[in-house]
Amino acid sequence: MNLIVLLKMVPDTVEELNVASDGKSLDSEYLRFKLNDPDEHALEEALLLKERVGGKVTVVALDAPEVDDVLFMALAKGADRAVKIPADQASLGTVATARMFATFLASGGGQITPDTLVLPGSQAIDDLEGEVAAYLGEALSLPYVGVVSSVSPVNGKVVVLKEFSGGMRGEYEVTLPAVLGIQSAEKPPRYVPVAKVRAVMKSAKIETADIAPPELAKALVVERMYKPEAAGRAQMLEGTPEDIAARIAGLLTERGII
Amino acid sequence: MAVLLEPELEQKGSTLETLLQTPDGKRILTCIQCGTCAGTCPYGEYMEFPPRRIINMLRRGRIEEVFKSDSMLRCVACYACMTKCPRGIRLSDILLPLVKEQTLINHPSIPAELQKTLQNTLRYGNPMGESSRKRVAWKVTAPVPVPVMAELQRPVDVLWFVECYTAYYGRGQDNSRATAKLLNALGIDFAILGNEEKCAGDCGQLTWESGLFETLTDYNMEIFKKYKFNRLITGDAHAYNAFRIRYPMYGFNYRVDHTHMLLAEKLEQLKPKLTKKLNYTVTYHDSCCLGRRAGMYDEPRALLRAITGVKLVEMVHNHANAICCGGGGGGMWLDTFFKSKNMERLSERRVKEAIATGADVLAVSCPYEIFRFEDALKVIPHEKPMIVRDVVELLAESLGD
Repeated sequence: MNLIVLLKMVPDTVEELNVASDGKSLDSEYLRFKLNDPDEHALEEALLLKERVGGKVTVVALDAPEVDDVLFMALAKGADRAVKIPADQASLGTVATARMFATFLASGGGQITPDTLVLPGSQAIDDLEGEVAAYLGEALSLPYVGVVSSVSPVNGKVVVLKEFSGGMRGEYEVTLPAVLGIQSAEKPPRYVPVAKVRAVMKSAKIETADIAPPELAKALVVERMYKPEAAGRAQMLEGTPEDIAARIAGLLTERGII
Repeated sequence: MAVLLEPELEQKGSTLETLLQTPDGKRILTCIQCGTCAGTCPYGEYMEFPPRRIINMLRRGRIEEVFKSDSMLRCVACYACMTKCPRGIRLSDILLPLVKEQTLINHPSIPAELQKTLQNTLRYGNPMGESSRKRVAWKVTAPVPVPVMAELQRPVDVLWFVECYTAYYGRGQDNSRATAKLLNALGIDFAILGNEEKCAGDCGQLTWESGLFETLTDYNMEIFKKYKFNRLITGDAHAYNAFRIRYPMYGFNYRVDHTHMLLAEKLEQLKPKLTKKLNYTVTYHDSCCLGRRAGMYDEPRALLRAITGVKLVEMVHNHANAICCGGGGGGMWLDTFFKSKNMERLSERRVKEAIATGADVLAVSCPYEIFRFEDALKVIPHEKPMIVRDVVELLAESLGD
């Protein structure tokens, strides 16, 4: 199979997130970036498929801080090719991002062969839109299924499990080539020893593919970014542990909870 | 019989193949297959390949089978096998880490908890995955000023390497606050690295990951080079182990001591300051890295005896025979794995011995042990209350205010 995984870098929430002075973006001073979790699962699913049926895994990412480390990590895990599109990820909206990837895939950089699966993560934690995969399917005129948690090749097609809310799941048969938004791989993403990543950094190359950004880079404009505002409904209880316990029990009884 | 093997400089980048060309490697092949290693290993009965069998497989050219087993996941790097080996084979220093490394490379998956820890340590410089910018945050809670090298801009006598558990976790910070108080009381000119410090990486090395260890070592060595200091101390037995045994391969040649060693050295000066009587019966747990690996059995006990009112009692296994808390070699992050294999937690086995002494306090010298023993005490029934304290916490308490 020809497996193409799209990777996106998102803010690392281990570092405290602050709003920049413009009131519309994140303060970049201490901001660090990491690979979006569902994208890491998309890579894992691609590697599992490669191990199962053979093929080639290509990882593609737009430019963002720390993205090279992630591309080398993907190569160390078993990806065959890593491509960076040197356009600033942060300057592009969802539609423009999908167009960039579509142009890359149609331009010969990715080559949509009859056995191609394009695997973006189903959504990213920074915007929670989950639309890149759908736009990409539209732009390339390929079938699309999102929120996928399992992919099984059967007779030249794939059978995928899609998750719905409320614990429901749907099973779909999808013809190839196709775009699948991956929610989770069948197994947790694998570990790659640091020594292996270091060796790959010395021996492997990240390719670059120059793609001009579309004219309308952003369809949506951020008006205001702000931290959740406290509504002040929380009630703090003070006193000895015994007093507090008694009052909690009282409050719960009063409200009919116990 | 227990022997203390002095650290020897190994070649970095050693592999099993290159190792077998060296005198230490050749010594491995002189194993007499007595099985003392497996017998003394606290998890020996759970290992498909205890050290004796690993060597046997190595001799027979079947070492690949060992790499494919998860047997080595059960090694808590406690140095018991190496200390007792009648042939003086450097099992824990050389052979076992190389086998672990190959296990990691060859094994399809590793326990999730350990994997997360290794990834956190690489990305954030600490196993818990906390922001590296919060490493120094404990400093404002210290009872005395704690200078940071980058702000001090002058040489110091003692550079204090704080380490992860003692920087990030509340019960670990108690150790750091006590250490700061003691250094201050002794008038020692000291400073810490603050947010510039990253995990020394002992468990990276002893837990499969030479690449992670090298990344951390390269980083910390660059930070050390930025500053001038006479000696390095750390209250973390594992960091001490890394600096003493592994860092010299990367050009580290500073004098390094565990905090307890520095305090024991200044005991005459410290003693008159220990004015508060502590009416505790104390039993001391020898940590693997200080006890078996460094032979430092007397210093912590001398410190405890210096406290008025402290009565020292010994557990049935003590000194070279002490049972590991189970936290070394990655064990700190393998409790769920051990449980899934029906293996008793070593920390629980150990606190049963501590409880049997009738002591009020279980005294320790390694930051892992606070968490491991306090957790074990929560599940092991005992009538008389028992608390866990690092030796420095007891000393600081005796210091009064």
